[in-house]
Amino acid sequence: MAIKPLTQPSSASSAAISLSKIAVSNTHGEDSPYFAGWKAYDENPYDESSNPSGVIQMGLAENQVSFDLLEKYLEKNSSDPTSSGRVSSFRENALFQDYHGLLSFRKAMASFMEQIRGGRAKFDPERIVITAGATAANELLTFILADPGDALLVPTPYYPGFDRDLRWRTGVHIVPIHCDSSNAFEITPSALDSAYSDAESRGLRVRGVLITNPSNPLGATVKRAVLEHVLDFGALKNIHLVSDEIYSGSAFSDREFVSIAEVLEARGGRGSERCHIVYSLSKDLGLPGFRVGTIYSYNDAVVTTARRMSSFTLISSQTQQLLATMLSDEEFTAGYIETNRERLRRRYRMIVDELGRAGIECLKGNAGLFCWMNLSPFLKDETVEEELALWECILREVKLNISPGVSCHCAEPGWFRVCFANMSEQTLQVALARIHDFVERRRGNQ
Amino acid sequence: MSSHKAKSKRFQNRIPSLPLHSSKSPPQTSRKHTLHSLTHRRRRGRLHMTQTPPNDESRPTRTGMRLIVPLQGVVQGRGGILLGSLIPCALFYFLQFYLKRNRSPPPPNPPPSRSASSSDLPRSSSRPNLLSRGASMGRVQLSARANHVAKANESPYYIGLDRVREDAYDELTNPDGVIQLGLAENRLSLDLIEERLSKNLADLMSGAGGHPGLRGIATYQPFDGLLEFKMAMADFMTEAMGNEVSFDPLKMVLTSGGTPALEILSFCLADPGNAFLVPAPYYPGFDRDLKWRTGVELIPVHCRSCDNFALSITALEQAFNQARKRGQKVRGILISNPSNPVGNMLNPYDILDFARERNIHIISDEIFAGSTYGNEKFVSMAEIVDSEDAFKDRVHIVYGLSKDLCIPGFRVGVIYSFNENVLKASKKLTRFSSVSTPTQQILAPMLSDKRFIQEYINTNRQRIRSMYDLVVSGLKELGLECTESSGGLYCWVDMSKLISPYNEKGELDLWDKLLNTAKINVTPGSACHCIEPGWFRFCFTTLRVNEVPLVMERIRKVVEICKPSV
Repeated sequence: MAIKPLTQPSSASSAAISLSKIAVSNTHGEDSPYFAGWKAYDENPYDESSNPSGVIQMGLAENQVSFDLLEKYLEKNSSDPTSSGRVSSFRENALFQDYHGLLSFRKAMASFMEQIRGGRAKFDPERIVITAGATAANELLTFILADPGDALLVPTPYYPGFDRDLRWRTGVHIVPIHCDSSNAFEITPSALDSAYSDAESRGLRVRGVLITNPSNPLGATVKRAVLEHVLDFGALKNIHLVSDEIYSGSAFSDREFVSIAEVLEARGGRGSERCHIVYSLSKDLGLPGFRVGTIYSYNDAVVTTARRMSSFTLISSQTQQLLATMLSDEEFTAGYIETNRERLRRRYRMIVDELGRAGIECLKGNAGLFCWMNLSPFLKDETVEEELALWECILREVKLNISPGVSCHCAEPGWFRVCFANMSEQTLQVALARIHDFVERRRGNQ
Repeated sequence: MSSHKAKSKRFQNRIPSLPLHSSKSPPQTSRKHTLHSLTHRRRRGRLHMTQTPPNDESRPTRTGMRLIVPLQGVVQGRGGILLGSLIPCALFYFLQFYLKRNRSPPPPNPPPSRSASSSDLPRSSSRPNLLSRGASMGRVQLSARANHVAKANESPYYIGLDRVREDAYDELTNPDGVIQLGLAENRLSLDLIEERLSKNLADLMSGAGGHPGLRGIATYQPFDGLLEFKMAMADFMTEAMGNEVSFDPLKMVLTSGGTPALEILSFCLADPGNAFLVPAPYYPGFDRDLKWRTGVELIPVHCRSCDNFALSITALEQAFNQARKRGQKVRGILISNPSNPVGNMLNPYDILDFARERNIHIISDEIFAGSTYGNEKFVSMAEIVDSEDAFKDRVHIVYGLSKDLCIPGFRVGVIYSFNENVLKASKKLTRFSSVSTPTQQILAPMLSDKRFIQEYINTNRQRIRSMYDLVVSGLKELGLECTESSGGLYCWVDMSKLISPYNEKGELDLWDKLLNTAKINVTPGSACHCIEPGWFRFCFTTLRVNEVPLVMERIRKVVEICKPSV
């Protein structure tokens, strides 16, 4: 085929070429303060030796406290960690793009999820759908459960990323279920009802409720009674329930976390076809870079459909292989889960006690990689503007990136999420000292 | 700026964006509150979100037209008797239309009263029931798009793949199983990279060989890929595409495979209801990748055997004009080059001219670029854009390692675009489909090893060529001709003389015989939207050399059955 020479451009073609509405919309939410703080950190990151006055990142919920356990495991288990007695060769791995996911990996995930719940719930590997991270899992479920223009009810405050994950490409609305500090931000029946009516009055069809348990940003588990009520509500309205349990392995004590799976089993599976659980290894195992997420659904049609749609977001077979080996080593995982919990609890105590000494209260938490801090006494007025002004001040002067409640859609100004697991203990101490000094200065100025 | 609540359910985003070192200018569709109104709204505790409802307007129009056009044909005849038959006709059409509309999920059941709710629902009697059956089949509804996906696997393309999964041929354990010729996967050259990659994996885990160790790969990394990996991919792409153009790592966004790369571009370049032109026959997966969740349409531009299935610009123009008459907005053209399923090379200059004149985008799926073996030289879109700056904003290339490097399981795809805004949007969108970091770390050293890659590409090409020759000559002996391909992992076979009747049904009958009698899985042209019946795609790179005679023998049996009696 001969290559033709270039033709002259016509004047009409010099018009700029346009992109889709999705490409230009800001529904991704990345202009919010939640992400703006990250930019400030990227530009001036703290480093113990080379940049001790830099910004300390306390806005990223990442778990680094138990890395050494993983490293030890990998060292111990030979130079080829994928080789311990399993069947698939490199060749099989390289070619494996089946959207069912590796059976050994699904079995290992099911067993890991059972261990986290102390054996109080059973998981069937055939109901596990793999996705490249929980972000993808939440979006995928939204595509499956709701049509464009429909709504999901989500309790506030919630993870800022939901605005993007649940809404951007799906065209689905989030209608908030307002929670407040009068009852430790628990979901109340009346708040649930209000949210539903709110959606209805806006002409939105509610397709489901999405809760995060343990909650981000609250750092607290959802009580059993609340789970029961949300399940009943779902049955009443015939809508779905998505339980994002991505922090389930980061509850400080095994007994305090109640999974929706447990509640369903106690009910003999009644209403389970409405329930779907999202899980990932990004938080509990501290492996966000691996991009490993799952949807666990009790609804056959959802499993089938999600599996097909997971073609857009499969996990690298080699990553599946590696993790299958690691997670099916039950001795290792049991030890890891327990130690990880203990270390997170210690960190939490450390930060909450230190903040307490500085006169700052936190919500009573029992899970997660962060605490929910109340700085409203430091606000001149209880307004969003004041909260953001304080946040900016903390970012610029104290050089800490923490997440303001407004980015989590919190109804009350003055709350902040502070992450404590993504840094060394020394760095945490430095951060706490800075907070202490800041509070002193503020008091001195008043 | 003042805020107001529009009647069409659009709400303001209450989160102000702050002027803090922001490198982004606010997108044109955002609206901002005054601080005062924010305060006021916050105190009332009412929070609202921005949402622009997707554009669904074109759908009813097209459905409507499908009804009206045949009816008009009837009405334009004589009146009287004709009207007597017209009215039942019209009623029939409307009944069909009504039934079709109502096949979509019905509105939710009215909620039972609170007291009845617990007894109303099915009770599983024991724990095993919960685990094995997992609950009843959908008293609660899924979305319309989910229901569409649930029906999706009715294409022969997917049915065939499922059959192989259930009954795969194995020389020793299942010699009567189905032989896979329906998956464009390259198994010929894995041995070349196996040793290299296994060693990299070991080093990676232990932190040897300059690898960062676990900490370096486990934590959050840029979702669009590590810079080192992008650089390695740029090196690889440069080699694979013949060293004619140097790829720029900064124009890349990595995705977990070619599939999400295509979908992300579809989301970025078109709104629901818009369309892309696609030369047909085309890869069946395009229907999923570009349409399923995006609401975008594909308009086939038919290529014909008399042209050796080359793309005719006239046909392209016709398709574009017809779309415009229908009121359908064409946002771009999607090409695969080398093409799948035919294995042709396209002329990128023609495509660029066409796109420029109509101000539309080009998505060039070049995933088989390194798997060329014919006399024609492969020319990437990147090659011609390099030399001409003005229209680069419309060119977007999709690539990946699934075909050229034989590693579909690792999930590595690339969006390569000359458009900054597309890159920005894709970077954000790829967080839903990013590449596993350990995978990137393992592959990077190998991809940057120029000498190794050169050898690999050359050997791989030779092996593909040998297999192609073997299979094509084998088919020729059976009286079956193939188009002359220059690239890809398949050949495009003319079996039209064997089908009866000469239409899609005849073709599917033959496909069925091949699958169930000959026990080979091939892809019928109708699954690829080929307008001429009787063409089949045979992928040959999943075969071992010693399996070829067996395959030919099995095909011979079916050829004997179907040969037209002379």
